[in-house]
Amino acid sequence: MAEVTEQTIANLKRHATILRRHIIRMTHNVQSGHPGGSMSACDLVTALYFHLLRVDPQNPTWPDRDRFVLSKGHACPVWYAALAERGFFPVEELMTFRKINSRLQGHPEVGTTPGVENAAGAEGQGLSFSVGLALSARMDHKAWRVYCIMGDGEQDVGQTWEAAMAGAKFGLDNLTAFVDRNGIQQEGRTEDIMPLEPLAEKWRAFNWHVLSIDGHDFRQILAAIEEAQRTKGRPTVIIARTVKGKGVSFMENKIKYHGAATSDEELKLALAELEVPP
Amino acid sequence: MTLEPPWKMESQRGAFGKALVELGRRNPNVVVVGADTTESIKTVDFGKAFPDRLFQVGIAEPNMMSIAAGLAAAGKIAFAATYSVFGSGHTYNVIRQNVAYTKLNVKIFCSHAGLTVGPDGATHQLNEDIGLMRGLPGMTVLVPADAPETAKCVDVAAEIKGPVYCRFSRTDVPTVTRPEDPFIVGKARTMRDGSDLTLVGCGIMVAKCLEAAEVLAKESVHARVINLSTVKPLDVAILDKAARETGGIVTAEEHTVVHGIGSAVASAVAQNHPVPMAFVGVQDTFGESGEAEELLMKYGLTTEKIVEAARAVLKRRQ
Repeated sequence: MAEVTEQTIANLKRHATILRRHIIRMTHNVQSGHPGGSMSACDLVTALYFHLLRVDPQNPTWPDRDRFVLSKGHACPVWYAALAERGFFPVEELMTFRKINSRLQGHPEVGTTPGVENAAGAEGQGLSFSVGLALSARMDHKAWRVYCIMGDGEQDVGQTWEAAMAGAKFGLDNLTAFVDRNGIQQEGRTEDIMPLEPLAEKWRAFNWHVLSIDGHDFRQILAAIEEAQRTKGRPTVIIARTVKGKGVSFMENKIKYHGAATSDEELKLALAELEVPP
Repeated sequence: MTLEPPWKMESQRGAFGKALVELGRRNPNVVVVGADTTESIKTVDFGKAFPDRLFQVGIAEPNMMSIAAGLAAAGKIAFAATYSVFGSGHTYNVIRQNVAYTKLNVKIFCSHAGLTVGPDGATHQLNEDIGLMRGLPGMTVLVPADAPETAKCVDVAAEIKGPVYCRFSRTDVPTVTRPEDPFIVGKARTMRDGSDLTLVGCGIMVAKCLEAAEVLAKESVHARVINLSTVKPLDVAILDKAARETGGIVTAEEHTVVHGIGSAVASAVAQNHPVPMAFVGVQDTFGESGEAEELLMKYGLTTEKIVEAARAVLKRRQ
């Protein structure tokens, strides 16, 4: 990977702020959706879509593209925002999110939204789906890679661990998973609902290459992905410590904003905080 | 139109496994995902022929289904095969989201459907899968009557663009069709002509419908027999014709009557040309341990029950 310059980091920060503004406006516009988990995953998604993924907005189904799978489907506002900003569809279309006759469904649908690779919403299926993709790439000796973002709430789901075992069994070094470790799920703190710790040790015990990073530090994100790409013989999981609602002070670490949009007043405050750098 | 009894008893699993190997030979794009039942359901032979194309995931059917979906999303024709209770019941919402909603080329082939699973008991006797699967938008649902049809299901499933569910039996079943008989998805097949009423069966109940027609013939009742090996898309034309020409229908299935082929046929008939109907099948109950034939007897999935149902339909029509 090329050296990560200050300019690269500045650009990524700028893109991330733009995506966060979209997330706030999209969910405010329809007064529903899941802003908190979209904002915690935002820097991971930004690093992928604006630095790493080999995708072609003009040809969303290009066979040799990298595959991005969003297992935590409720965070699709950040995916849609990234796809729109990358030119997969017009940015104006973001305001149709969750509305009738829209291409931007409340949870991702394959075939309707250009660039969306997987349907998600029922939690815990994305990593298995990614295992299938990665197996196919390897069978066909293809260089494309699979990146899957899971939520930490999804670590409750049994199928996640079925997929973990399979990924290790098949030695899928073309698969990189992320856990968006924001510590909050729908009804509360993950450690109150169903304790996950020691999470890294769990993944290690499942024979994955495990990296723990600050999920809002672009240098750490890029370095971790680079290490995943270099790791042979097993898949990598990057446990990214994140903050739910990251970027808007009054939303950060608030359980409420898992599934609640901002009010009109909050919208103004949020957008004021999310000033796009020049 | 059909083979005469006594019918040869043959394994649908055997036919499935053999057809899958042949398909794999013709099409290198075919892959199989298994869940610790590959010996039993005979996908093991595919694995022996193509070791790099069979993926064993252990007792993890949701994982099996999503992995098959991922393989299909990358262009493979992915067969996910196990027992019906695991492959459709346990995995229902994975099939719904990752396969059906995503319109992927996943072919779900499940043996051990219905009561004839036998001594394993109710936990393994899935009598609800036809209803579950036919309710999913875009899902093709196949119920082969015998071993030759099971082999044909493998070939047609690979041709269909999109998800397919195919269910068949653990036990050997009577072979009532010939390998050269046509098998077209969405077309039911008339196995015996008749004008007094129609018996519509699927799976192992097709043979019993043919037997029932023979019994009825001795009473000068000429029953038509239709093999409904495609449950979805439903051959509405042949059912409508049967309703108009014969004036009464009995359905027979190794499945609950709550939402199986009886309901599908009734819904089609009611919208076109309503006629008296009766439904032979599992009556909203779970099964139990026992030998296959004993269970069919106890739960009323017999030739005699079809004959009785036919007589009742004829009486209601008068």
